[in-house]
Amino acid sequence: MKKSFVIAFAAAGAVLLGATYSQAGSHSNTVSPEMAMIKDGTFEKSLTGGAGDAEKGKKTFANRKLGNCLACHANKDLASQPFHGEVGPSLDGVAGRYEEKQLRAIMINSKSVLGEATIMPSFYRLENGIRTMKKFKGKTILNAEQVEDVIAYLKTLK
Amino acid sequence: MGINKRLTRLTLATIGAFALSSTIALADADDNELVIEGAKMTTMVEGAKDGPLDEVYSGWRFRSEETQALETDDFDNPAFSAVDRGKELWTTVTGSKGKSCSSCHDKAEDTMKGVRASMPKWDKDLGKPITLEQQINECRTDRLGAEKIKFDHADMLAMTSYIGLQSRGMPVNIDTSGPMTEWAEKGKKIYYTRVGQLDMSCANCHEDNYGKRIRADHLSQGQINGFPTYRLKWNGLGSVHRRFKGCMKNIRAKPFKVGSDEFVALELYVASRGQGLSVETPAVRN
Ligand code: HEC
Ligand code: HEC
Ligand code: HEC
Repeated sequence: MKKSFVIAFAAAGAVLLGATYSQAGSHSNTVSPEMAMIKDGTFEKSLTGGAGDAEKGKKTFANRKLGNCLACHANKDLASQPFHGEVGPSLDGVAGRYEEKQLRAIMINSKSVLGEATIMPSFYRLENGIRTMKKFKGKTILNAEQVEDVIAYLKTLK
Repeated sequence: MGINKRLTRLTLATIGAFALSSTIALADADDNELVIEGAKMTTMVEGAKDGPLDEVYSGWRFRSEETQALETDDFDNPAFSAVDRGKELWTTVTGSKGKSCSSCHDKAEDTMKGVRASMPKWDKDLGKPITLEQQINECRTDRLGAEKIKFDHADMLAMTSYIGLQSRGMPVNIDTSGPMTEWAEKGKKIYYTRVGQLDMSCANCHEDNYGKRIRADHLSQGQINGFPTYRLKWNGLGSVHRRFKGCMKNIRAKPFKVGSDEFVALELYVASRGQGLSVETPAVRN
């Protein structure tokens, strides 16, 4: 996997090197969305360089303005919240079905793992639909820290 | 790498199985029958062979029983105060020419029967399709000497619901032949294009996932046979274009303008996806 990461890195060109270290997020070695390229359905490296916070991730997961994952996924761990969607599969036990690096790839760019036709948004990608509202233009749905927090939370869903 | 490949394949297999089972469970419309004031409505028709939907369902079939009930009785239907207002406006003289709608169209019960069922319609003079609202505005400006009003102006909604009611129970019958074909194609392209930061097309929700819950909402096919529709959330009636706008905003896309060529094309295409359903105007939705 190390090798493919290096290849992905090189393919993006050395000019973009600076972009790897985005100002967004509190960690100095944040991977920018441009550099977060999925290989074989995985993305190994933490986007922030550190581990996410599962408790915060749980909140981001449920928040309608952030992950809003419950819009489409049921999740027994959040049974206290009303109205779980049915568009996607239940995420109960998802940690047993996917490795961390696969969950990260799904979060960054759902299409690269689940297929181009998926309805699931890509949470850390800039090339989304046309006519994106001005205030969301050039922005990812979640920032690197929020993505890592959600991944940390998903890993608790055993 | 070997392990990864295997995992990816496993993943795909899981998704494959999921997709399969979800297709089977897809048409999760209920089996209730819609009877309005004693008249039976058609809320499901077989889709055209070359069409996108095997079964075409009215949005009514996806609503809760409480919401459904509001549409079955005109006394309970909260849209009827607007309908009454429309009836009044029909015979009210407005504009500089001293005329009312009834001066030329006599009784709406006779002359407006079937009009809503085949809107949008080709307008020869403009050389493009027009919606019911645009036709009303054309009569207002050219024939009454009155000013244009917005699609969601109270007087417009009163008029579109009153005129629409005259087609209630009639099958949606949209003409997409001749010069309309190009417009329907344009609408189709918009329908299948992913828009907004959430990166979805109308089809992602209303074709691929109808029958499922998206959070608290039960996804329908996004049909427009009931418009203008009284929406409990709006606490009032709204036009087709207002609904389109809302759906685009929800996926963080900049909506097209109400009355724009894009929305007219989209309305034409979406209307054609509902061929054969009964007009339910004024429908009630949540
Ligand atoms: C608009 C609906 C939608 C939203 C919102 C959504 N997903 Fe998904 N997700 C799906 C669908 C649908 C699938 C299944 C793949 C497919 O059919 O495209 C899926 C698949 C997944 C999977 C793989 C599950 C498995 O068992 O195979 C994970 C993990 C996942 N989503 C996590 C999330 C997280 C975390 C969020 C919120 C940050 C989220 N999803 C938001 C629709 C959505
Ligand atoms: C001076 C006569 C006149 C008046 C007044 C008038 N209209 Fe019209 N209307 C017409 C004519 C003529 C047409 C046919 C236009 C065409 O086919 O291009 C028409 C067409 C229509 C149609 C389309 C009918 C169809 O079969 O598709 C509607 C709806 C309509 N008018 C509504 C109204 C309303 C509402 C008012 C009052 C606000 C109104 N009209 C006032 C003359 C009038
Ligand atoms: C994220 C999913 C989603 C997308 C994408 C979406 N909608 Fe909707 N739409 C909904 C929901 C939820 C409702 C309310 C429940 C229902 O009727 O499906 C709705 C309702 C509607 C209705 C009202 C149906 C009725 O019975 O009154 C129409 C019409 C509609 N949508 C059209 C569209 C069009 C056109 C597009 C594309 C521009 C679109 N929608 C995109 C989720 C979506």
